[in-house]
Amino acid sequence: MQTAVKMGHNVTGAQMSPKDSEAQLKATREVPPDVPGGPEKLALVRTREAAKADSIGSVPVPGSAKGMLKTAVNKLVGVSPEVLIDKLGERLAFERGGVRLYDALLAKAKAIDTLDKAMLQTLQHFRQEEAEHLGLVTAAMEKLGADPTAMTPCADVAGCINMGVMETIADPRTSLAQCLNALLTAELSDNAGWELLIDLANASGQGDIADSFGKALQQEQVHMQTVKEWLSQEVLGQV
Amino acid sequence: MDTLTSLFDGKGTPLAKQKFTWREMATRPISKLDDDAFTRVRIILMNGIEMDALRLKNIGARFHGPLREALAQVRRAEQHQATMVNWLLSADHSPLETTVAYEQVAIEVTAAVAQTEPDPYQAQTYRFGLLEDFDHLYRYSAMLDRLEGKDANNILQGYTDIIPSRPTTDHHRAPEDDLRDSYQRDSAALITKIHAAMITAAEYQTHDYYMTIGPTFSDPLARQLYAEIASVEEQHVTQYGSLQDPDESFLEKWLIHEAMEIYAYHSCMEQEENPRIKAIWERFVDYELGHLNLVSELFKKHEGRDPAEVLQGSVPRLIEFKSQREFVRKTLAAEIDLRAKGHQFVDRKDEGKASKDYRKQLHADGVASETVSAGYQWTPGTELSLKKAS
Repeated sequence: MQTAVKMGHNVTGAQMSPKDSEAQLKATREVPPDVPGGPEKLALVRTREAAKADSIGSVPVPGSAKGMLKTAVNKLVGVSPEVLIDKLGERLAFERGGVRLYDALLAKAKAIDTLDKAMLQTLQHFRQEEAEHLGLVTAAMEKLGADPTAMTPCADVAGCINMGVMETIADPRTSLAQCLNALLTAELSDNAGWELLIDLANASGQGDIADSFGKALQQEQVHMQTVKEWLSQEVLGQV
Repeated sequence: MDTLTSLFDGKGTPLAKQKFTWREMATRPISKLDDDAFTRVRIILMNGIEMDALRLKNIGARFHGPLREALAQVRRAEQHQATMVNWLLSADHSPLETTVAYEQVAIEVTAAVAQTEPDPYQAQTYRFGLLEDFDHLYRYSAMLDRLEGKDANNILQGYTDIIPSRPTTDHHRAPEDDLRDSYQRDSAALITKIHAAMITAAEYQTHDYYMTIGPTFSDPLARQLYAEIASVEEQHVTQYGSLQDPDESFLEKWLIHEAMEIYAYHSCMEQEENPRIKAIWERFVDYELGHLNLVSELFKKHEGRDPAEVLQGSVPRLIEFKSQREFVRKTLAAEIDLRAKGHQFVDRKDEGKASKDYRKQLHADGVASETVSAGYQWTPGTELSLKKAS
């Protein structure tokens, strides 16, 4: 696989075809826009549609809370349980996806003959920790009586956000540096996600759950820092 | 113009030897960045043609029991040909970028066809549709810029202009104004039949693609834009489909389709610069010759006719895969105000009430193609470059 970026016959830019580009610009001068206004028209419709849109979906009611009075539910799962359950669902989805990102990167990294074996071991170690975090979040959700098999709204959105990261790492043509860049995007977001989740668990009166996540956050900080350093080495090493 | 007279004479590859593996079908894709835009144009065109080959044969099988086995056998090869061709598109094309490429196909290929089509009415029809796809490119380019922050010219590579044409707003016509006169099977030139089959196939694919990816967009304007232009593409399928003589038998249409596939693959092969892709076109010319020979035998057996009755005559040497900028601009200047009324092309002031009423009703809640492109002037590097990232 390609590990270093190369000069080549990239034909996407205007400089590659100056005569054609000039002809294109001449055409735009001769045939101006036919609809008055500008991008603000598009923005207006977006605003209007956002104002009346449905939500993506709902947070499932915890099985243990079905049929209980609201006060009793709050005692069991804290204040505004739906917010915590939604974000727990997000973390769960993110960690599951994270394991798969490491799986894909591990497979690709093995195609690089010159790759440092220590890096492969570390990738494998991080993959294992992502899988353990998944178990942590599952336990927290079960403690709250929430269903860890359900896809909460934030879990769904996390899947949308990560589609580009997954597409990048899964593409056999992308280089190690390009994949590390994608992985860093995920790890940066993951770090902020764990920080917020711990704050949220505390604010929701779930101090035990917050405490159980402390180690995961520390590990994620190491993931982020390590991936950032790998990326830096990989890119600067080409200069 | 150079012509070919023996394009359909070869025996090609027998159907039994048209073999694939999964890995071969899902082969290495082209590079969005480094391959020439016309390589992608050819890929999209040929996938559209193969998908139409499947479509024609599946519908034919509904009506013709004795042909079902042969149709199933040819379809299986074509399914795998379509896969091998379409899978050449790389995953880093966003659906909107692929859309821009689809419109480039519609513009450049239809413009090439319009210039070699000997029947003046059919040529006029191609020019009419061409100006509408040319406008779709402009609207989608605005959408790409304003949704993804990308320059459509990264896909077009300078070959195709990005300017307003006959406004998409005006493309929406009553169904009766989308029908056209057909060629006459006994008197039409072979290339006329080939052109009609080819452009119908390409437009059908575009319609189906927009119908598939339209709902995958989250942006409400993109969803509306795809809904709007997919509807026009259905009109285009109606228009181009009606160019074909309805009195042709199914086997005659099948024969023409196979001849068209050979002609199209041959044109791709002759002009392809990427050697790996060229080898695919070359291989599939031989596959299609195999299909043509098979259907020729069926034609003789079931209709008692000589296939040469249908396939006689020369065809232009190639579909020219090159920028048709000058032809498109000339057509735009002369024919932007044409509208369709019944089977005829008329000045916009003479457009019929049916289409005006139809359009007025559809536009009652706004027109996405206008909203997304308000004030849009294509600039290298996106309109944000023009406005200094304001």
